[in-house]
Amino acid sequence: MTDPVSEDPRDVLPPAPAHADIAAYAIRLGDDALILSHRLSEWSAHSPQIEEDLALANIALDLLGQARTLLSYGGAFSGRSEDDLAYLREERQFTNLQLTELDNGDFAVTMVRQLLFSCYQRELYRDLESSTDAQLAAIAAKAVKEVSYHVEHASTWVLRLGDGTELSHDRTQAALEAVWPYSHELFADDELARRIADRGVGPLPSGLRPAWLGAVQDVLTEATLSLPAGDWKPSGGRKGLHTEGFGYLLAEMQHLHRSHPGATW
Amino acid sequence: MSTPNSPLWEVFVRPARGTNHVHVGSLHAADATLALQNARDLYTRRSEGLSIWVVRSTDITASSPEEKDAYFAPAADKPYRHPTFYTIPDGVEHL
Repeated sequence: MTDPVSEDPRDVLPPAPAHADIAAYAIRLGDDALILSHRLSEWSAHSPQIEEDLALANIALDLLGQARTLLSYGGAFSGRSEDDLAYLREERQFTNLQLTELDNGDFAVTMVRQLLFSCYQRELYRDLESSTDAQLAAIAAKAVKEVSYHVEHASTWVLRLGDGTELSHDRTQAALEAVWPYSHELFADDELARRIADRGVGPLPSGLRPAWLGAVQDVLTEATLSLPAGDWKPSGGRKGLHTEGFGYLLAEMQHLHRSHPGATW
Repeated sequence: MSTPNSPLWEVFVRPARGTNHVHVGSLHAADATLALQNARDLYTRRSEGLSIWVVRSTDITASSPEEKDAYFAPAADKPYRHPTFYTIPDGVEHL
């Protein structure tokens, strides 16, 4: 704080949230960004093209940046650093949406997951820009530009895969069927979400769904994909319940920090 | 991995207002939109650009290295084509 020229977020101590609810809410959103960032980073050196390798890594880095500011902010309430939250919590303590932790699957699964999540995040951040919490509003204002590009990138690919060859269409439709059930959790209102909405800190999740559905449906229709039917709505991520693959994800993400506490480079 | 179905594109980036687009490299992409997105991710991630052009490599007609002498050597011994060849007479202003 002594050097006003510095813009490295690591040099600036984040202000602490005014209320425990706001801290928990920031950690939720930070967990979403952190976990999806990690999943995307798993594509490094495995993408269909080197150009896409970098594109996915860029999106992963955008999300990691969001995760860092959100977790730093949320953690400041209880004296925990971003590293404490990312590396030293157990599976049940993570409150990310299950959608963000789903296995990458094939490229179609990754792109469909990205489309559904980024469209949601765009609606969320647009709303958060007018949050009564100044810090969250500032984070959202910066992140919404990044997310707009994520939407564009995912849409571009879903269009080409869905409306491509018969094989790419079938695989993308299968990806949509596999990922879609997890989209319902994005819009589930729980106690914390209601209190956050009452305070004017953030939107009620269910209220984001119409705009989200419109945006997603536009892409899916043009991509000749059909909206999955079925009423299976897995959930529990916000309460710390996660899918089978999540433990393996944490093991890889946390292993270095737990083996060498405080390691830096 | 190889990308047999993706044509090559040449990328031009304009770094600032008032400057020209400069060739920065090439990349593979299935179509123009993807080429533009890839170019954004590959060549402007450190704030290098304000504008990007992508051109299919096959759409570029280039001079051939074998014709180098015929094309460019004759210009080498004609220094009078350079403005610095001439001495400026005294008393000429604003030149």
